[in-house]
Amino acid sequence: MSSSDDRPDTPNSGVSRRNFLKGTGLVLSVPLVAGVRVVDVAGAEVKVYGPGKIPITLEINGAKRTTSVEPRVTLLDTLRNELDLTGAKRVCDRGTCGACTVIVNGKPVYSCSMLAVEAQGKKITTVEGLEQNGKLHPVQQAFIDNDAQQCGFCTPGFVVACKAFLDKYPNPTPEQVAKGLGGNTCRCGTYMGIKAAVAQAAQNLKGGRRNG
Amino acid sequence: MAEYKWPDADKRSLIGKRISRIDGPAKVSGKAKYTYDIKRPGMLYGKILRSPYAHAKIASIDTSAAEKMPGVKAVKVIQGPGTEIQWAGDEIVAVAAIDEPTAEDAVRAIKVEYQRLPHLVNEADFSKVPEDRRRVSGEENAGDVEKAFKEADVVVEGVYGTSAITHCCLESHGQIVEWEDENNVLIHPSTQGVSTIGNQLAQGLGIPAGNVHLKMDYIGGGFGSKFGIDRWGVECGKISKMAEGKPVKIMLERKAELMVAGMRPSAFARVKVAAKKDGTLTAWESESWGTAGVQGFAIINQLPYIIKNQLPNRKMRHIAVATNTGPQRAWRAPIHPQTCLITMAALEDLAAALKMDPLDFFLKNIELTGIRANVYRDELLKAAEMIEWKKNWHPRGEGGKGPIKRGLGLSIHTWGGGPHNSECDVTINPDGSVEVKLGTQDLGTGTRTVIDIVAAETFGLPLEGVKVLIGDNRYPVSGASGGSTTVGGVSSSTRRASVDALNQLFAKVAPALNAQPEQLEAGGGKVFVSSEPSRSLTWQQACAKLGTQPITARGKQPAPSSAPLASSGVGGVQMADVSVDVETGLVKMNKIVCVQDCGLVIDPKTAESQVYGAMIMGVAYSLFEERVMDDKTGTMLNPNMEFYRLGGIGDIGDMKVHFMTGKGYDERGPVGLGEPPTVSPGAAISNAVANAIGVRVPELPMTPERVLAALEKKGGSNAKL
Repeated sequence: MSSSDDRPDTPNSGVSRRNFLKGTGLVLSVPLVAGVRVVDVAGAEVKVYGPGKIPITLEINGAKRTTSVEPRVTLLDTLRNELDLTGAKRVCDRGTCGACTVIVNGKPVYSCSMLAVEAQGKKITTVEGLEQNGKLHPVQQAFIDNDAQQCGFCTPGFVVACKAFLDKYPNPTPEQVAKGLGGNTCRCGTYMGIKAAVAQAAQNLKGGRRNG
Repeated sequence: MAEYKWPDADKRSLIGKRISRIDGPAKVSGKAKYTYDIKRPGMLYGKILRSPYAHAKIASIDTSAAEKMPGVKAVKVIQGPGTEIQWAGDEIVAVAAIDEPTAEDAVRAIKVEYQRLPHLVNEADFSKVPEDRRRVSGEENAGDVEKAFKEADVVVEGVYGTSAITHCCLESHGQIVEWEDENNVLIHPSTQGVSTIGNQLAQGLGIPAGNVHLKMDYIGGGFGSKFGIDRWGVECGKISKMAEGKPVKIMLERKAELMVAGMRPSAFARVKVAAKKDGTLTAWESESWGTAGVQGFAIINQLPYIIKNQLPNRKMRHIAVATNTGPQRAWRAPIHPQTCLITMAALEDLAAALKMDPLDFFLKNIELTGIRANVYRDELLKAAEMIEWKKNWHPRGEGGKGPIKRGLGLSIHTWGGGPHNSECDVTINPDGSVEVKLGTQDLGTGTRTVIDIVAAETFGLPLEGVKVLIGDNRYPVSGASGGSTTVGGVSSSTRRASVDALNQLFAKVAPALNAQPEQLEAGGGKVFVSSEPSRSLTWQQACAKLGTQPITARGKQPAPSSAPLASSGVGGVQMADVSVDVETGLVKMNKIVCVQDCGLVIDPKTAESQVYGAMIMGVAYSLFEERVMDDKTGTMLNPNMEFYRLGGIGDIGDMKVHFMTGKGYDERGPVGLGEPPTVSPGAAISNAVANAIGVRVPELPMTPERVLAALEKKGGSNAKL
């Protein structure tokens, strides 16, 4: 693996987010080791990962999963490429469209904008974890009943975002829906179905079983 | 000889009912595997080095550093030194490596030197387009335009247009290609043409067409941009071969997706229209231009939209502008949204000059719409009722006293949507299970569900009684999903195959029921004697009579010797209600309604979703979407999703859909619906904004900046765009 410092300055080498993150990791000039290393930076202890692949453990849908990734790899890419959890999608890859939404410690998070190493020690729920005992979550059922999907590529992210949204706003107003779900984008244009699905799920969740 | 027709309305148990899409559970649970989600054993990740320049000659390429990197398995120059690159983002080198980060590092390690050449990337301001970039791509002259303008009571001139937009499929373009052996390739693509692009790959790789096996269960959006194998598809196969045939996955990054994998051509026009005092439209003259990339694109055969052939006096000229931008691809109803906007906006401006309600103006000139005049009349009246036109409409510019002005606008549109060629195999197994196989694809339009409904309806079975198998090029050939041709194609072939298979079953079962085959009927999970339904067998009992031999029947669309089950040609009307803040220039959607004719509606639930989706896409291209090109660098400034905005759940307002169904429509059979409702929103919303603020915002998208600029010119001509 080449270091980011001696990269030729070709027109193609625009600074990507991953590369930037990788670069900032290297500023400390830590020797090449696997796993975490704690270094002293201006009197504070700082965890340093990598470079190179390091073992990580993530708590996903209630189970501990272990794998190895480079520190620059996002939670999204780790879920998708290493753990075969492909419900969360990579679309904009920069925290705009919400297709990669997962729930981390109870809050909806763009998993494309969180590093896998950062997600360690946190409770992660993906769309695959919403279904329980073979029964779809009321939000999922509402998406089906109201045809809140077409191609379906944004759907898992939207479903997870709706679940997290309804946890926070069990009786949402249309204004809250517009704002609370404004962080997810659909290209086929399924918003009418999603509005109806949110209304149905809110109704069915009231006093009913809550998953996740 | 079997009779092929759709069941009568009173006999339908599934067709026309609101049925949820059958792949819904797979999609909401994350179980649906798209090409982007597939990981093959030993899979490598491919990346492409793209040109940073809009127009340049490649001087040299040095891939040596990339080739030496650990984990890099293949490096292949796609376009070598000496090649003239015509748009930023064009493919130069492909690499394959053990993981994505390594592939990205390898791309960065490649050194390319370019000799830059002058570029042109913007064409909205026609005065700045150099002569050598212009090509007249069509001219037409009918009647006597000069005389008509001279004799007219009212003449209006204006400039109207819409910038290039991109498809922005959420699942970007791409594929996984692997060599199963020396001569056979397996591809998992993201494509609108399951039965069609395998041949293109075979040609690119120099192997027989039959040696490409293609599989795709789900696709994350296409909208017209995924018909070809694309250069990256063929190159993916080539670098796979270089890497010992290992699977190589190339999915375009978002930036490339927006720059090179989707583009709806721009269109602008200077228009002059004339009418008599009573509102009768008499003449049209237009000089239009637009770009489709380096190649030309003619819109002339569509102006003025819908009314062209009926309008006695017309003169049109179109100029294709060659720009150094990513090439055009078909975008949902190619050419229609642009020409619809130009036409309906000009006509609405004319109505305003005549001080006529545009609804009355369109009704007055309804015969100019041609053969569907009666459909449009009915639809206009229905839409007007839905949006309470007569109550809410006001003369142009009288949109209220405060800074928030409200306005109404309308538009009409058309599309073909006739059935594509499609073949289908239906198998009835002795255990009663039924399989339907077609080499088609479900873009999210509900194709799977439609096939299931048609087959299950024919056999009198529940939806679960039929297994729908699509997405494999080894299934019977079915057309690509474009032109809104799929629903007509697959429903026709499925219905015919199902009817034939059922008749074969009847022949086997008839003796057991002491009846003739033609006396039998299937329904409610039974096979029974029509005149005496109590003489029956359950579906399972009936199928058991097959012994060990399943029945397989093939249905074809078109069928050589039977009348078509589907037809072509629809009309639709949309009306929009907007509020515009004249202090900020912000346009807010209040409501948009669509009245649409699409023949027999097989599944109103998914059909409605398509219309909502089309209108939402329309709101997005009317208010937000624009490919912004930088004159200086020649590259796209917003190849991402924060600055290339699609609009969100809070941007769309209320929407209502009404299908023209029943007598006069049902008997046409299904007609494609994916495209027509995307045509009108631009015009309807533009007209509503003009009605609200009293002046035309000449160009889409109607951003706050453009709205404010138009307001500043209020009272004057907008002819200088």
